[in-house]
Amino acid sequence: MAEWLGLFQRFLKDFILGAGTTLELTAVGLLMGFLLGLGLALAKTFGPKWLRAIATGYIELFRGTPLLVQLFLIYYGLPSLGITLSQTLSAYLALGLNSAAYQAEYLRGAIQAIGNSQMMAGRSIGLSRWQTIQHVILPQALRLALPSWSNEPISLLKTTAIVFLIAVQDLMAKAKRAATITYNPIGSYLAVAVVYLVLVFALDALLKWAERKTKIPGFEINTKRV
Amino acid sequence: MNFSSFIQYIASGTAYTLGVTLVALPSGLVLGVLFALLYVYGGRVVSRLMSLYSTVMRGIPPIVLLFILYFVMSGSVNLSPFWAGSISLGIISSAYQMEIVRGAILAVSGEQMLAARAIGMSTLEAIRYVILPQTLRLAIPPWSNEAAIVIKDSSLVYALGVPEILRRAQLISASTQQPFLAYISAAVIYFALVFIANRLLARLERRLTIPSNP
Amino acid sequence: MPKPILTIKKLTKKYGNNVIFHDIDLVVNEGDTIVVIGPSGTGKSTLLRCVNLLTKPDGGEIWLDDLEITAKGADEDRVRQHIGMVFQNFLLFNHLTALENVKLGLTKVKHLPEAAAHEKALAELTRVGLADRADHYPGQLSGGQQQRVGIARALAMDPRVMLFDEPTSALDPELIGEVLEVMRNLSLEGMTMIVVTHEMGFAREVADRIVFMEKGSIVEEGTPDDLFYRPKYERTREFLWKITELYGKKEAKE
Repeated sequence: MAEWLGLFQRFLKDFILGAGTTLELTAVGLLMGFLLGLGLALAKTFGPKWLRAIATGYIELFRGTPLLVQLFLIYYGLPSLGITLSQTLSAYLALGLNSAAYQAEYLRGAIQAIGNSQMMAGRSIGLSRWQTIQHVILPQALRLALPSWSNEPISLLKTTAIVFLIAVQDLMAKAKRAATITYNPIGSYLAVAVVYLVLVFALDALLKWAERKTKIPGFEINTKRV
Repeated sequence: MNFSSFIQYIASGTAYTLGVTLVALPSGLVLGVLFALLYVYGGRVVSRLMSLYSTVMRGIPPIVLLFILYFVMSGSVNLSPFWAGSISLGIISSAYQMEIVRGAILAVSGEQMLAARAIGMSTLEAIRYVILPQTLRLAIPPWSNEAAIVIKDSSLVYALGVPEILRRAQLISASTQQPFLAYISAAVIYFALVFIANRLLARLERRLTIPSNP
Repeated sequence: MPKPILTIKKLTKKYGNNVIFHDIDLVVNEGDTIVVIGPSGTGKSTLLRCVNLLTKPDGGEIWLDDLEITAKGADEDRVRQHIGMVFQNFLLFNHLTALENVKLGLTKVKHLPEAAAHEKALAELTRVGLADRADHYPGQLSGGQQQRVGIARALAMDPRVMLFDEPTSALDPELIGEVLEVMRNLSLEGMTMIVVTHEMGFAREVADRIVFMEKGSIVEEGTPDDLFYRPKYERTREFLWKITELYGKKEAKE
């Protein structure tokens, strides 16, 4: 135990640095995923048939294949098509594209729950389709989606841990380095496991707080995963 | 080399991918059901322990847990990467499957338990003949989601050197200098596996549905 | 001299400081049909659940024949086999057909061979008039049919006493009759029954004795004629007047 604490102390600075990268990856992936995911959700709900098909295809493909394969395809595969991205950019892109598929499904659930009746109400007072989406549907849908959507940041934070496999210097990469230096892989990975737990708990607390803050009484759907 | 020979080469790694999945998923189910029963019916202390297990295991990235469990297992019982990786993934999945089964038990339990006790069944008999048959049916849709996750997470054992689909894609990409084609082929195979698994489980769900009037 | 099957002495149940009922004394003789009435929230349902030990009483004794079932070390599962229970919301096993619902206790608790269990279960379903619904799942049956399966499931265990916990209050009015009909026949066959209900017509016609409970204790018990025409207490008269008024109006509307 004392030995383990010693290891923790020795690499603490390294771990903090890695945790910073991990949080950056999470934040960028989440934001990219949200913007793209929102577009996908709107396309799938209100788009013409061909656009719906593209959105559905995108969502199914990205949810049906491992993130690791998507990451390798972007980092190792794209250069043969003439697109070369840095390790960090590849990681951002993979996380964002992947998260978009999941966020699209959370958002779509909420948009459909608001659905046609609100669209009809909006159109009846002379708003255009796009105006109705913008001023009537989205403000409601985004609040409604929050409880189920709040699974995504934590889930994404955990999935970032694979990007060390293309040598991005995240928390997991720091653990690997510590393992190589100390010849104590179990202790090193346990140490970052603790750091990940702290990050996950902190993020969870933050999300719960945000959920309470934005809650409108009597306005909710039950979509929280068990 | 063309696309179809790529697929052929990489598909030979499918046996490993399926192997990992077919070890991890059922072992995770057995542990998950056991833990869920302990959580719901196990008394205060056991219930707390199970809750802690679930929170900790689901709060740590699977790849981190995989490395910890792998090094623990290969250091103590000298398992091959395939077995150590598969069992580790099973243990990781057990925490998620436990939550699925627990949710289903809570949805069924209570009154059905009361009815079973009223005709003289013991708690264990009631769990076996009344609670579990309904719970497991109810758990199929979320469980099929978990099955897809385990298939996809099986790609993590790539990092342990198991020659599964992704590892094979990497090998052929190095030897042919065609990484894009290699990884696209891997993606296609994974997608097919997830797709087929979803279809099979949807069929199972339909077959096990209890009839009722609309 | 009739023989008591069930004897309840000084039975008390509390949740924390909240007394559900206290010092209940009741003797049920072989073949008796006892109807328990009273305002909701007076502990009638809890009393029934205590009688077959689904809820643990906090004081007093319950005797089934010559055995104290509230004694320490009594085999609860065995006790419940001898006391049938019918629930307000049926509580059929949702994953089993009507026949399998009745059969489950026979094969798994009584360990009857498959063929014998099948035959017995079918006989019980016939007894409640549902032999033709044997292969239906609960979700395919009406509320009244579900409750009759619930009765058959309890009867199959050959209980000494049957407990009915508001068996018709979750049913649509047009389905109540078929369930009461089954219960009336059971009573005529000599089954010993305790029924908690608001169906005053049933109480008046079928009960050997009516027990009026209020605020956790028995106010008065006697024959239907005693309670309906010569109640000892004003409270009894008031309650019966109110409930009969309600019942009468419902009848007139139909």
